[in-house]
Amino acid sequence: MSLATLTKDWAATSYGFLDASAKRELRRKMLKAIAVPGCQMPYASREVPMARGWGTGGLQVTLTLVNPNSVVKVIDQGADDGVNAASIRRFISRVSGASETWDTLEATIVQSRHRVPEEIMRENQVLVLQVPNPEPLRGVEPNISIARQMHADADYGKLWLTLYEQIVRKGRIMQGAAYPSMVNGRHVMTPSPIPRWDVPKLNMSKHLTILSAGREKRLYAVPPYTRVEPLVFSDRPYLVEDHAALTCRRSGVSGFFMNELPQDGGGSVFEVSDSNLGIKAIDCADGAPDAIGDTWYRNGEFSA
Amino acid sequence: MNLISEPAALERAAPRLMRAEPLLRMTDISKRYGDVRALRGVDAVVYPGEVMGIVGESGSGKSTLLRMMNLEDTPDSGDYTLRLPGRENENLFDLTRYERRMLCARHIGIVYQNPHLGLLMKHSSSGNVAERLLIAGERSFEILRSKAREALDASEFPLDRMDARPIELSGGMQQRVQLAKAIALEPALLLLDEPTTGLDVSVQALVLDTLKRLQRDRRITMVLVSHDLGVIRTMADRVMVMRHGEVVEQGLADQVFQDPQHPYTQQLVHAKL
Repeated sequence: MSLATLTKDWAATSYGFLDASAKRELRRKMLKAIAVPGCQMPYASREVPMARGWGTGGLQVTLTLVNPNSVVKVIDQGADDGVNAASIRRFISRVSGASETWDTLEATIVQSRHRVPEEIMRENQVLVLQVPNPEPLRGVEPNISIARQMHADADYGKLWLTLYEQIVRKGRIMQGAAYPSMVNGRHVMTPSPIPRWDVPKLNMSKHLTILSAGREKRLYAVPPYTRVEPLVFSDRPYLVEDHAALTCRRSGVSGFFMNELPQDGGGSVFEVSDSNLGIKAIDCADGAPDAIGDTWYRNGEFSA
Repeated sequence: MNLISEPAALERAAPRLMRAEPLLRMTDISKRYGDVRALRGVDAVVYPGEVMGIVGESGSGKSTLLRMMNLEDTPDSGDYTLRLPGRENENLFDLTRYERRMLCARHIGIVYQNPHLGLLMKHSSSGNVAERLLIAGERSFEILRSKAREALDASEFPLDRMDARPIELSGGMQQRVQLAKAIALEPALLLLDEPTTGLDVSVQALVLDTLKRLQRDRRITMVLVSHDLGVIRTMADRVMVMRHGEVVEQGLADQVFQDPQHPYTQQLVHAKL
C-alpha cells in the first residue's frame, strides 16, 4: 500500500477556501463564544488572500459559515459597492458557490464593517462584524494578561472611570464608536467600531451576531435574544448620534444614520449610510411595491 | 475640681478599646518566601476605633502582615476574621478572588507609601476616588461627583484641583488623594503603610494632622505601619513591635515606649532618643 492510496485526491483548494481543520477550529470557537456571550475566544487566525486588518476575521467566520445555499451580503461603512466589500463578496461566492446580494432581507449571512443594517434582521440571519480591536479594556489596561483577569473578575471600574472623566472634562460622553457594552450582564465587549446609533440594534436582537478580529485572533458573539447594554450612568442617558432630523440628499429618506459630505461653501449635505436602504427608497418612489422591510429606527426613534 | 470623677474623663482613663469585641483578629499567621520566613505565628487583634501601630525594622514582616490584612497575599497558615455584618466567623483567606476584591473595595481602605501603587496616575484625582465607588456599584454620575468631592474635602485636599491628575500633584497631595480614595466608602478598616515616609517634615506633620482629625471625627479603625517611632507615638493607641517575622512586644503605646520590656524594643526606643 502506498501513501498515495491513503490520501485524498489533489484539489486546488478545499471548499470555502479554508482547510477543514481551520473551519473545525472556528466552529468550535464560535460555539464557545455563543455559550459565553461577549467573552473573547482566541483562535488561530489563518492566512486569507487579504491583508490583516482588512476584514480577515470576518472573512474567516463567513467562509466557515457559508454553504452553497447561502446568500451573502457584504457591507463596508454601510455601502455594498465599496471596493473592499465588493471584492470580499465576490471572493466568498467564488470559493463557496453562494449567491450574492445587496438586499439585507434576502441575505442569510451579512458581513459588515462599521455598520449594522437599518432593516431588522431575522432569526435565520447571521451578522458577522469585522473588528479591529476586540479588547474594550485596551485603552485602560495595555497588558492583555491583566485585562483578561479583569474580565474574569468583572472588574470594569476603569472603563466606567473613563466615561466619568469624559463627562468631567467635556460635559458629555465623547465615546463615538465602539461604545463599551455589557453583554448578558456579565462581559463587557466592544461592539466593533459601529456607531452609537447601531448598539441598541444588538440588544435582544433576533439574529446571531459574531464579531471577529483576524489580526488580534479573537472572536466573540452576541447570541439571539441576549441583552446588550451600553455602559451609562443612571442620570446620564445613552444618546445616539443626532441624525434623526437629517434627510438623505439622494433618496429623501430621513431618520437614519447619515454620512456627512462636506461642501465647498463650508456647509454639508447628507446621504443615508445604509446605501441599499437608499436604493430601495428610490425604487419605492419609482413604484416598486413593499421594497423596504421593517427598520429598527422609525422616524428617527429606536422602536424595535 | 476633680476631673477624674467626671464620666467622660473616666471613659478616657479606662482602656475603652479593649472592652469591645475586636474588629480584626488574625491568628497564627505564618508565611515563607522560599527560605525566608517572613512571618512566624503572628497573632494580631485590632479593636474598633483604635489606631494600632506596627513598628519594626526593614524585613521584620510588618508590610507583609499589612498586605495580608488587605487580602493582597495569603499566608501558608493562619486565620483572619473581620467583624463585618454577615461575615463574623468567616476566614477571609478562604474567600474567592472575586469576593475578596469586593470585600476589600467596600470595607478596607489602604494608603501606600508609594502613591503609584494606590493611584491611577493618568486619571483625575476625583476619578481615582470615584473608581472605588464605581467598583462598589454606584452608577449615578452626580452622586459619584459629590461623594468624591466629600471624600477629598475630608482629607483636606484643595477642591479646585480635584480634576488634576495625581502625577501633576506634590507628594503630600498624592497621599491625600490616596486617603480620600481609602475613606470614600467609609471603610471598617483603614490600613496605612508608611503613609508619611518620603514626605518632608512639615508636610508629614500636616498629613498626620489630617489623619488624626479623621480618626477623631469618624472613629475609623486604623492600622499604621511605620519604622518612624515619632509617627507611631503621635498616632497610635496600641503598638506591636515586630522583628524577624515575630511580634516581640505589644501593648498600649505609652507603656511600650516608656517602659519597653524586650531588649529589641529598648534598643529601638533608645535609638530614637
